Amino acid sequence: MIRNDYVPFVSEIKDVIKHTDIEYTFRMAYVGEVKPGQFFEVSIPKYGEAPISVSGIGKDFIDLTIRRVGKVTDEVFEHYVGDSLLLRGPYGNGFDINIYKGRELVVIAGGTGLSPVRGVVDYFSKHTDEVESLTLISGFKKPNDILFSEDLARWKESMNVILTVDYADGDTECQVGLVTEYIPKLKLNNKNNTTAIVVGPPAMMKFSVQGLLNIGIPEENIWVSQERKMCCGLGKCGHCKIGDVYVCLDGPVFNYTKSKTLID
Amino acid sequence: MGYIATNLELDSFMSELAKKYRIFAPKRFVNSGIFSDTDCIRYGEISSVNEMVFDEKSQYSFKETILPIIQTLFFFTEGNTNEADIPQKDIIVFLRSCDMHGVKRLDDMYLNNGPADYYYHQIRDKVKFILMGCKQSFENCFCVSMGTNRTDRYDMSIDQYDDIYRIDCKNKVWQKQLDDMNIPQEAVTPAYVTENSTSVSIPENLDFTVTKSKMWDEYDTRCIGCGRCNFVCPTCTCFSMQDMFYSENGKVGERRRVWASCMVDGFTDVAGGGSYRQKKGQRMRFKVLHKVHDYKQRNGYHMCVGCGRCDDICPEYISFSNCINKLSKAMKEVSK
Repeated sequence: MIRNDYVPFVSEIKDVIKHTDIEYTFRMAYVGEVKPGQFFEVSIPKYGEAPISVSGIGKDFIDLTIRRVGKVTDEVFEHYVGDSLLLRGPYGNGFDINIYKGRELVVIAGGTGLSPVRGVVDYFSKHTDEVESLTLISGFKKPNDILFSEDLARWKESMNVILTVDYADGDTECQVGLVTEYIPKLKLNNKNNTTAIVVGPPAMMKFSVQGLLNIGIPEENIWVSQERKMCCGLGKCGHCKIGDVYVCLDGPVFNYTKSKTLID
Repeated sequence: MGYIATNLELDSFMSELAKKYRIFAPKRFVNSGIFSDTDCIRYGEISSVNEMVFDEKSQYSFKETILPIIQTLFFFTEGNTNEADIPQKDIIVFLRSCDMHGVKRLDDMYLNNGPADYYYHQIRDKVKFILMGCKQSFENCFCVSMGTNRTDRYDMSIDQYDDIYRIDCKNKVWQKQLDDMNIPQEAVTPAYVTENSTSVSIPENLDFTVTKSKMWDEYDTRCIGCGRCNFVCPTCTCFSMQDMFYSENGKVGERRRVWASCMVDGFTDVAGGGSYRQKKGQRMRFKVLHKVHDYKQRNGYHMCVGCGRCDDICPEYISFSNCINKLSKAMKEVSK
């Protein structure tokens, strides 16, 4: 008998971590193999489903960082805090940690784009001996929008963290400016041995990749994660299809050599 | 094994089949056509061969018989989910050669692209196909160009000639039933067309550079994004999921999937207001290249089966076959 992949399972909300007014991390009960960059379909009866990236992985839990931007996520914030959610997944390929070992790793994340790469950054921040160098350029709109502040503070102790905001009204400890400004300033020993991961809004990803190519990072060393409407997560519904690729099956993590061929 | 049956004999045979199967075939729905006083030929359940329409092309494909337009996946009851019931009765679908090739596309999409689809698999396991031979090509068909004018993947074939039916039966159980009815045997090859008035030519060098062509701009204003071309297509497989609740404040409802269309607004919307392929020409380009380029990259054969229903149904008289035939010129344009 074929498994019914459409029926969600009930997952207890173990904890809720509030980052901003519209961005919370929900720590959900889950036991099973998950990779950073994979996603779960979060389901609210009557409102539907929304694909949410895994932002943290533990022995008996996964973290889902949810931004309140649609009818499903609105409902999660309104009524389900402290209770449980329906989930199905994990879906997608996720980031393969092994690809980045022994290399100079640069992670560029914009806004909630930090969620899918948080697991990768966290792993290497604890295993700095497994990479030649480790840099995170993380950009947010305003200081109030910053996610994972505790992680960022912890990561600063073991790796190079450049935290930027687009603009700040008053004093801030962050750099002010776009993430792209810091790409030419990266101190890298060997560009051919440098791998970059870029995740964020489409415009930020486009210009960040251009910046990386401009400083001589080979395009096959750049990895991106695409965002699309992933309705079924199973390669059937067609909403996330670009060219010959189904983002839910073949991605959402792509090497740039493939990603650059995907034309919407 | 071939048989020559009268209308009465075939009807009697179908009555026997109807005990085990629900039988779906192209039927005439009087005054249900897209213009006033016109009929619609589409799929419906039949109990007699006389209800079938042999001499016209169905405006809608067989697709809805095995991939329902609306399909309940499971029910929400308080805090639980309960799977929807699986159809109990087996199904027979009458279809033409191009549509039989369409079945292969649906199978590859729903059974082989990622994990097998639970709901499609349940229905597909229960289906038998009866081929309706094509004695002549219909308007806008281009099956010969797509290599879908012949098939041998059927349980039985039926061709209508005045008041007799020429039958080729491969199903052993059905063969025995026909033998028991003493229906005379004769070698039968299902009718098929060898030429269409419409033909298409897909350029060998077709690739995604064609997206830069100006040919797609034409469709920005011509296409109204109604999605009819997707809904009549035997190979379009996209759907959206919907939650339905039986009362506004109730706790009992269902999640279902409903056919969707890449030509319609909202298909690519993402949370937060993002949307891709907002221009109708971009959607047309996406659909056309899916049918005659990127599906082949993934599966090794073209998706389009050349039934021409998209040309038949378009309210703006946009011709898909014409669009394919413009691709060679577009490739030259982008190669300059």
